[in-house]
Amino acid sequence: MAIDNAVATRVLLSGNEAIARGAMESGIRVATGYPGTPSTEILETLAHIDTEGYVAWSPNEKVALDVGVGGALAGSRTLVTMKHVGLNVAADTLMSVAYTGVRAALVIVCADDPGVHSSQNEQDNRIYARFAAIPLLEPSDSQEAKDFVGQACEISERFDTPVILRTTTRLSHSKGMVEMGEVVAAPAKTYQREPSKYVLVPSNARVRHEKVLERLAQLEEFSEQTPLNRWEKGSASVGVITSGVCYQYVKEVLPEASVLKLGFTYPLPMQTVREFAASVERLFVVEELEPVLEDQCKAGGIAVEGKTFFSRLGELTPERVKEGFQKAGVLSAPPPPTEASKLPVSQNLFRPPALCPGCPHTIPYLVLKKMNALVVGDIGCYTLAVYEPLAAIETTLAMGCSIGMAIGLQKGGATSRPVVATIGDSTFFHSGIPPLIDAVYNGARITVLILDNHTTAMTGGQDHAGTGHNLRGEISRTIEIAKVCKALGVEQVQVVDPYDVPAVFRTLKAAVSHDGVSVVITNRPCVVSPAPIRSAPYEVAAPACNACQKCMNLGCPSITWTDEFHEGQHKVTIDPGTCIGCAVCALLCPTEAIVPLPDVSAGRSQ
Amino acid sequence: MENGQVQNVLIVGVGGQGVLTASDILASVCLASGYDVKKSEVHGMAKRGGVVYTHVRYGRKVLSPLIEPGASDVLLAFEPAEALRWSKYLKPGGTLITNLGQRVPPASCLDRRPQAAVCYPQEIQRSLRQQRGDVRALDAESLATELGNPKVSNTVLLGVLSNVCEFSAEDWTNAIERSVKPQAREVNRRAFLAGRNLQFPAAEEEPAAAPAQEAAASLAIADIEIRETWCKGCEICVVVCPQNCLKMNDARKAVVADASSCIRCMLCEWLCPDLAVNVH
Repeated sequence: MAIDNAVATRVLLSGNEAIARGAMESGIRVATGYPGTPSTEILETLAHIDTEGYVAWSPNEKVALDVGVGGALAGSRTLVTMKHVGLNVAADTLMSVAYTGVRAALVIVCADDPGVHSSQNEQDNRIYARFAAIPLLEPSDSQEAKDFVGQACEISERFDTPVILRTTTRLSHSKGMVEMGEVVAAPAKTYQREPSKYVLVPSNARVRHEKVLERLAQLEEFSEQTPLNRWEKGSASVGVITSGVCYQYVKEVLPEASVLKLGFTYPLPMQTVREFAASVERLFVVEELEPVLEDQCKAGGIAVEGKTFFSRLGELTPERVKEGFQKAGVLSAPPPPTEASKLPVSQNLFRPPALCPGCPHTIPYLVLKKMNALVVGDIGCYTLAVYEPLAAIETTLAMGCSIGMAIGLQKGGATSRPVVATIGDSTFFHSGIPPLIDAVYNGARITVLILDNHTTAMTGGQDHAGTGHNLRGEISRTIEIAKVCKALGVEQVQVVDPYDVPAVFRTLKAAVSHDGVSVVITNRPCVVSPAPIRSAPYEVAAPACNACQKCMNLGCPSITWTDEFHEGQHKVTIDPGTCIGCAVCALLCPTEAIVPLPDVSAGRSQ
Repeated sequence: MENGQVQNVLIVGVGGQGVLTASDILASVCLASGYDVKKSEVHGMAKRGGVVYTHVRYGRKVLSPLIEPGASDVLLAFEPAEALRWSKYLKPGGTLITNLGQRVPPASCLDRRPQAAVCYPQEIQRSLRQQRGDVRALDAESLATELGNPKVSNTVLLGVLSNVCEFSAEDWTNAIERSVKPQAREVNRRAFLAGRNLQFPAAEEEPAAAPAQEAAASLAIADIEIRETWCKGCEICVVVCPQNCLKMNDARKAVVADASSCIRCMLCEWLCPDLAVNVH
């Protein structure tokens, strides 16, 4: 990556890489966060290109923001990154740091996921800016993603406020050309003792709330003047107010329209919006998800059209924006498809994401299903055990929810089945410890299965408190999950190798029969990260296969059916290209038909 | 390409096939040739064996990072069912390049009625041939395996793509070399040329129509008989049953939980040490 020291050259960067470069150019000295698609690459890139500042993963977003607030109070420009739902975790701190203000810049990058590409919901975090009464910046391409970090720092310091820089999946994971700027040192500041500002006892908090409203009025004025908001004059018949990546779609679909392109979207420049509205015949708001801009315009008495034509659901695309303008009568309706333009109907194949070949999470779920356990899921790769054929997980809500929900399901008397919470190692450190305290404290009769694969796998393999390395790859103190559980008072803590099928079975059976809280920890590393694990692949000796389908119950992407049948059932075959040789299917096979491939270089020899 | 026009290339496939690497190579070729480029893709959960797509757009000035359906000049598919899924993005008269090596997902192998078919688009090659316009279908894995490394199939596909996009072979090979380890450069160079030198339409015969798939027969519900007095409660039959038909009752005896999902694999009958189980 040529983004570490290049100046005034043009480089192709993703939105996330551009934000990292922006952080470097604006002298960010503290950067924290918790991995979460689509925000993860920001800190990874920054750790790679900036070797001097403090760049680190925190165990969760609230801790990351707390560290960030401290960094800003210490006088260092600070960046905190998270995905949209992460800001829910950090919201407690956010709402109050809005009162105290900051000393050096505090920029919170929050990456929303319209379309729910890799999340549990598609909440619109722009609403947080209004909730906390702090400024909101929305870049619309990689160049702006980089430049807006610097702008956000200046706004943060000038108005003594945290700033939200909001990106979306489409922006974070799209690459575009970026003109590099210079790396400048931030103005030096130091910590200053100021309890009336930073200690939010009620008497101080009341005073600070007044300051928040005064600040908001100043920000409204700033919003009218800042070049972050741009009036692009075009046709007087149609005007469009838009922000973020939707701006690109509007320009592509309606190149002639007048556009009020907003980069600074809270507080809104209402005077400018009024003048813009008066200059056009019809006024539209094109925004993804919630009618945030639209509602504010309407509350200000400005007639706009928006969600009637541009859905609140999912991600907008050029196609959906075009359809919206067609529905509104701005664009002519599409011609009916001619015979020549009709394409054959696609036979769409259901291809859900799946656990990788050799994934150590597979066997525990197979066993839990066999035990007819009520499995309470959590956030991570293992959520994929919801799909057939594993189909073992019955609930998944939010980070760390599994253990608390399991307590409630058991105490609420939902079932006579064993209640098992399943949670990954990174998620356990994120928010699994307080609910485990609850379980011990209140005498729950549940089993907690901690799937420890020594990484944050779903987001691409980030280190955490249990891996022994920090974000920079340096050796760090390792926090051992088993010791944590014992220290919390869990009486039965067992560690098991998830590839050892009988041991998993025995261990989980013993755990669910324990009268109290039991913890089972599986301890095999992820087969993908930090390094791919591969040994010689296995193959199926077809004559021995009795098509019992036991191996197919794993849902392993390397095993599939052949056209050969045994008493009506498909025999199976293993793809040597993707099989990593974990041998779990061979262990399950009752006829010992699954054997190591004799000579790897010979390929499909049989 | 005319001035002011934007060229759209949609690359699709399955997680782990190298779709994103291929799009990075294409983007860097565009960049080296002085174009504005935008590229959009998915990460995270969608990648794990699921559907992966990446939009690459290049031209003098590119606005939206996304391609509209019916607007892609080229659709490059790493997997034939994905070619079908995304074919609506192809512009009339656009070029479809597709690998024919199938990736059948576990979710396609769930129907356990006797003689059930794999749930995967049937007659896929015929459907692909019915696409109007320029269709370039090849078995990239076979070509790559012949070259000694099945993993370079994505470079073979880039070789085919190189005849459709207007960049020089040198720009392509430079970009490919930058993206692979030094020891893999030679095989990737050969893979690129193998793809680039393929002739389309290949002089292939229309394959004979596939025999009509026999409908899966429904299964008469099995009668699983367990002699309670012979059963000593070892649980082997319960553990071994792939369909979870059996369970242990409170008296630690094996009983039938759900006979309707039995596929008559006979494992319980064969493996019972007490000869207590019979499947009729």
